[in-house]
Amino acid sequence: MSDKNEIVADDDVLVKVEGLSKKFCKDLKTSLWYGLKDLVSGVSGSSEDRLLRPKEFWAVKDISFELRRGECLGLIGHNGAGKSTLLKILNGLINPDAGKITIKGRVGALIELGAGFNPILSGRENIYNNGAILGFSRKEIDSKLAEIIAFAELEEFIDMPVQHYSSGMKVRLGFAVAAQMEPDVLIIDEVLAVGDLGFVLKCFKTIDTILPNTAIIFVSHSMPMISRICSQIILMEQGCAQFQGEDVSKAIDLYYNRFTSNDTNIVFDDGRLALKKIEFANATLLNEIPQILWGENMKLNLNFILTDINEVPVFNIILFDKEQRPVALLEQNTIRDNIEIKNNELNFSITVNNLQLSKGIYSINLSVAQRLGSPMLRINNVLTFQVLHEKEVWQPFLLKVRYE
Amino acid sequence: MALETRVYQKERTIKFGKLLKASLSDMYHSRFLARQLAERDIKAMYRQSYLGILWAFIMPLTTAAVWIFLNSSGTIELSDTGIPYPVYAFSGTLIWSIIVASINSPMTSTQAAKGILTKINFPKEALLLSGIYKLLFDTSIKILILVVFVIIYGVGLQWGLLLFPVAILGAIIFGTTVGLFLTPLGLLYKDIGKIITFAMQFLMYVTPVVYAIPKTGIMKTIMTWNPITPILLTARDLVVGFTPEYLNYFLVVLAVCIPFLFLGLIIYRISIPIIVERLSA
Repeated sequence: MSDKNEIVADDDVLVKVEGLSKKFCKDLKTSLWYGLKDLVSGVSGSSEDRLLRPKEFWAVKDISFELRRGECLGLIGHNGAGKSTLLKILNGLINPDAGKITIKGRVGALIELGAGFNPILSGRENIYNNGAILGFSRKEIDSKLAEIIAFAELEEFIDMPVQHYSSGMKVRLGFAVAAQMEPDVLIIDEVLAVGDLGFVLKCFKTIDTILPNTAIIFVSHSMPMISRICSQIILMEQGCAQFQGEDVSKAIDLYYNRFTSNDTNIVFDDGRLALKKIEFANATLLNEIPQILWGENMKLNLNFILTDINEVPVFNIILFDKEQRPVALLEQNTIRDNIEIKNNELNFSITVNNLQLSKGIYSINLSVAQRLGSPMLRINNVLTFQVLHEKEVWQPFLLKVRYE
Repeated sequence: MALETRVYQKERTIKFGKLLKASLSDMYHSRFLARQLAERDIKAMYRQSYLGILWAFIMPLTTAAVWIFLNSSGTIELSDTGIPYPVYAFSGTLIWSIIVASINSPMTSTQAAKGILTKINFPKEALLLSGIYKLLFDTSIKILILVVFVIIYGVGLQWGLLLFPVAILGAIIFGTTVGLFLTPLGLLYKDIGKIITFAMQFLMYVTPVVYAIPKTGIMKTIMTWNPITPILLTARDLVVGFTPEYLNYFLVVLAVCIPFLFLGLIIYRISIPIIVERLSA
């Protein structure tokens, strides 16, 4: 239930969430039936049903946090962890089953852009539709119309039916309208993921300008974005807060660890070359993941078995970060390198001096080809390792420098 | 700086009176949104159609035509209605279509907004209001046609005609009240919508839409007690210039409707989050 009261005290805590829980039902028919029961108990005002009924589960369980003006809370977790459900409760779309939320001020939600658009109508008309749903008055929209159209960069197409817009144009128009909100509390779901780079940058510029005066709750799967704007973080798993605090980097590590799989993937193999062994020469193991200190040398030992090859092939080794972005390529071996085939075996090591990759988990892709081009073996994720450093940065490299 | 505070929790701590006040205030403050939504739907509908507004009265017109034919060809024998039968039949089906539309309106407008209901928090009462705006738009055109019809058939134009919109307003209030009570259930189960369509077909035959109330018999009892009868008859009597016979019953029905309308608004306000949860889960 939403209750509106004017309060006078200027407490800085804008969002206060205490022991919030929400249950969902796995079965549609049962869900509808419970809905009917909830309708009855909602109207009569009974307050039972705190426990799970058959076929129900906790989609959100016992979440608590406080958020002040100027702070940003990041919500991360894999799909179905309960992030969006939590946002819906915060936005007042659905009621919690236990616990309490107190929100002060105007709440803005960037959950869906362009709500209320009608495809038949023109962009200009839809600015009014969307604006009205977001709570603007006609006067406010009239006065902001030019600004909205300019922000969306749609001057030329503003009188065209929205159904002929590209999806990017629709999102731009929707964001342009939403950007006019001056909320005290802003809820952002994954909406910013769409749109081209220029648009995303524009969105972030807008968010940066409103951040100091706003409490933001931000859901994203993009860890760089999270670490860029969030001051505190909740990692959700199956509805519960698995990690909560101001140590954003720790939560991100935990999040990534959930996805590190040791599944080696042979993508291509022509049978002439087999990888017998690949390992770090100097790394200690933690949870079966080799650990390397930032700034130390990284040394890989490799051992191949060859059939029917007389010439040393070329080794291509690419390092990927946890988001599967390639961050580095190790130099290829040349003929001058001192490696030889002995008894149909190839034994050698590769050393990278002063490894300056930033803290995080990396994986290695290996590909081997003949010197004249044709590929022989390609293995994805042949090895995973972790670089240790006390500082969390989201850029892939932390380069050693000297200040003088 | 005083900030508006919202509290969300399971227990309903707010009294009905306060809920009603909040509901009515939200409805008042969302006038622009409601108008915008209604305008959007009306524009979109007519921009993609050639017959446009014709569709609003094709149904009542054809129903009336069928009955006019049945009557004039002697297939069925109807008791005297006191006015030319075409006027009787057409006014009946038209007023009936207004009542049916207003019963359906709260549910269809809410259903149509399902997509934004699960994404954005806005005053839901705007949906009801936009439904009523759309009804008023359709209805005003229907009334205009009906008046033209009445003039063509030379049924006397009386001062009572000015009260006709009031009677129609009564019909809309009655329909909306009924519709509001069915809405929460109808959003959960599709059956409700089907049942409404089904039930209204039968109800039409126990309401003096295309024939008058018989002098005797069980049908007379049912039709006299049917609460839609006074609404329909009062509206028709006003448009053809008779003294409304069922005026008292009409006023009683309206007086009963008002508190129920308010109760319906309260239930609607309470039920929306519960329904949204089931729609989006």
